[in-house]
Amino acid sequence: MTTTPVKPNTSLVAPANSPLKTPGLLSGEFFQETFALARRLFIQLQRRPSTLIAGIIQPLLWLVLFGALFQNVPEGLFGTSQNYGQFLGAGVIVFTAFSGALNAGLPVMFDREFGFLNRLLVAPLASRFSIVLASAIFITALSLIQTAAIIAVSALLGAGLPGPLGLSIVTLIVLLLVLGVTALSLGLAFALPGHVELIAVIFVTNLPLLFASTALVPLSFMPTWLQAIASLNPLSYAIEPIRYVYLHTHWSLSSVVLQAPWGSVTMGVALLVLIGFDALALISVQRLLRRTLA
Amino acid sequence: MAPAVLIQNLQKRYGPVEAVKDVSLTVEPGQIFGLLGPNGAGKTTTLRCLCTLTKPDLGIVEVAGVSAIKNPKKARQLLGYVAQEVALDKVLTGRELLQLQAALYHLPRAVAAERIKATLALLDLDNYADQKTGTYSGGLRKRLDLAAGLLHQPVVLVLDEPTVGLDIESRRVIWDFLRQLRDSGTTVLMTSHYLEEIDALADRVAIIDQGKVIAEGTPSELKDQVGGDRITLRIREFAPLDEAEKAKAMIQALPFVQDVLINPDQGNSLNLVVVPQSEALSTIQQALKEVGLPTFGIAQARPSLDDVYLAATGRTLLDADVAASGKRDPKAERKQNMR
Repeated sequence: MTTTPVKPNTSLVAPANSPLKTPGLLSGEFFQETFALARRLFIQLQRRPSTLIAGIIQPLLWLVLFGALFQNVPEGLFGTSQNYGQFLGAGVIVFTAFSGALNAGLPVMFDREFGFLNRLLVAPLASRFSIVLASAIFITALSLIQTAAIIAVSALLGAGLPGPLGLSIVTLIVLLLVLGVTALSLGLAFALPGHVELIAVIFVTNLPLLFASTALVPLSFMPTWLQAIASLNPLSYAIEPIRYVYLHTHWSLSSVVLQAPWGSVTMGVALLVLIGFDALALISVQRLLRRTLA
Repeated sequence: MAPAVLIQNLQKRYGPVEAVKDVSLTVEPGQIFGLLGPNGAGKTTTLRCLCTLTKPDLGIVEVAGVSAIKNPKKARQLLGYVAQEVALDKVLTGRELLQLQAALYHLPRAVAAERIKATLALLDLDNYADQKTGTYSGGLRKRLDLAAGLLHQPVVLVLDEPTVGLDIESRRVIWDFLRQLRDSGTTVLMTSHYLEEIDALADRVAIIDQGKVIAEGTPSELKDQVGGDRITLRIREFAPLDEAEKAKAMIQALPFVQDVLINPDQGNSLNLVVVPQSEALSTIQQALKEVGLPTFGIAQARPSLDDVYLAATGRTLLDADVAASGKRDPKAERKQNMR
C-alpha cells in the first residue's frame, strides 16, 4: 500500500448547484461510451480469436462439403445456377450472418449473469442504448468479415463475383438481416432468465429456419406446405436477391427474384420485406429493452 | 449542506419477500457509515436501491440532495458502487477495465489517463495493470474493483461487503485505504456482517435486521446504551454442569452482577453482565476460591456490537447469520439481482 494521499474530494458541493441536465442520445458522451463498450468486445475477439476463426471456417466447410454433396446434380435443376456451389453461396452468406446475429445476445446474457452489466447500469450512461448499439456494431463487423471471406472463397470455387453495385446490395442485405436478428437476440438476452434458455431458443430457431428457407434448395424443390413457410421466412428474402445478383450482371429493383406461391417477388419488394422485418423486430424489442434499460 | 446519503422509509418487496421493510438513514459527508446486519437483513437491497439498480416500492433515496429515483443519471454520477461480487472481464487487463470505466463516466481522455495512473498507484496495482484480470488473486480483484469505483471521484463510495472472502492481509490493506479515503473527504457507505470490520472502520453504524433499522449511532454510543461490562468465566476447560450451576448461584448473589448465563456450547462457561467496576474480576475469583472452585480463565470486556445486536433482537449476529444462511436461496437471489 502506498502512502500517497488521496486527492481531496472537492466535488461535494458542486453537484447540488450544477444543472441537472444530463447528456442524452447522440451526444459526445453517447459516442464515447458506445465506442468504449464496442472496444471491449473487439479486445475480447482479438485475445480469443477462436470465435472468429470458427466463424470463418464453418461457412467455408459448408460451401466445400455441402457443395460437394450435390455436385453431380444435373444442370438446370437449381434454376439458372451453373452449379450447386454457385447456388449455395448466397445461402451460406445469409445463413452465416443470421447465425452470428442470433448469437449476439449471448455475451450480454453472460454480462447479466456475472454481474458485469451492473457495472454498466450504475454508470451515468448518456443512454443505455449504447450497450445495445455496441453489441450491434460488433456483430455487424463480424458478419461483414465472414461475408467477405465467403464471397472470396466462393469466387475461388467458381461461383463468380458480382459487380461493385452487386456487392453493395449483398452488403446492404446482410446489414439489414443482421440488424433485425441482432435486435431480437439482444431483446431475448434481457427477457429470458439465463443463458441456458437463450441457447435453447437459438438452437430451435437456427436450423429449422435454415431448412425452411431457400438456402439449400429452390422453392420449386419443396412440397407446397414448405414452400408457403419458406416464402414467409425472412431468410429467403435475403437469400434470393443475393442469388440473383450472383447470376445476373444486369438487375434492377423490379427484377423478379423469387416466385412465391402467391406471386412474384421483386428485388425492391424483397428489400422492403427486410426493412419491414427490421422495423418489426426493433419495435417488438424496444419495449423489452426499455423495461430493463430505462 | 445536504447529507451525502439520505434514505427515508425505504421499502422493497420481491414477490412475497419483504427484503426491506422500513429503512431510514442519514449519512453525513466525510463519514464512514456502516450498515451492519446478518445475511439477508436487507443490506444489499438497500444499497441496490441507492445505486439505482433496483427501484424501491416506497421511500426517499437521495445522494447529496439529488433524488436517485427522480434523477437517476445525476445520482449515478455522484456514486461509486463496488458490489459484493467482483465482476471483471477476465480477458481485459486491469488498465483496460479502468479505461472502459473512465469512458462510462465520460472522463476526457487526458483526465482519464492521469486518474488511471494515480488510482493504480494509490491501490498499489502498478505491477499488475497490464495483466489480464483473469490472473488476479481475490485481493487484487477487489482492489481493482475499488479503483474502478473511485476513478470518477464519487461523492459517496458505496461498498457491499468489501472484504468478504478476503485474506487477513488484503482486508487490512482495504481497511487502511478506506480510512485514508475518508480522511481525504470521500463519504463511504459500506455494509458488512463482520462486527469487527464495522467496529474498526465506521464512524456511525446502523444495525439492520429483517429489513428494519433496529439501532443507529456511533459504535461507542450503541455500546454505552446497552450498558454493563461482559465477563466470560471458565471454571475449568470443560466444567461439569453441577459445578457451573453452583458457581452461577454464588456469582448471581454478588451485588454488581446483573445477569449470568451458562453457555453449554463452550464447556459450560459463564457469561456475565456486570456493572462496570475495576474489582470485578478479583472479587469473582476470590469468591470462587472460597467455595473451593478453580478459575481456568476469566476475561472482562466492554460490550461489543454483537451485544448491541443481541440486546435488540435476542440473538447473536452469528446465530442470525447461520439461521439466515439456511433459509436463503442463492439461486433465487441471483435471479433477483440480474437485470
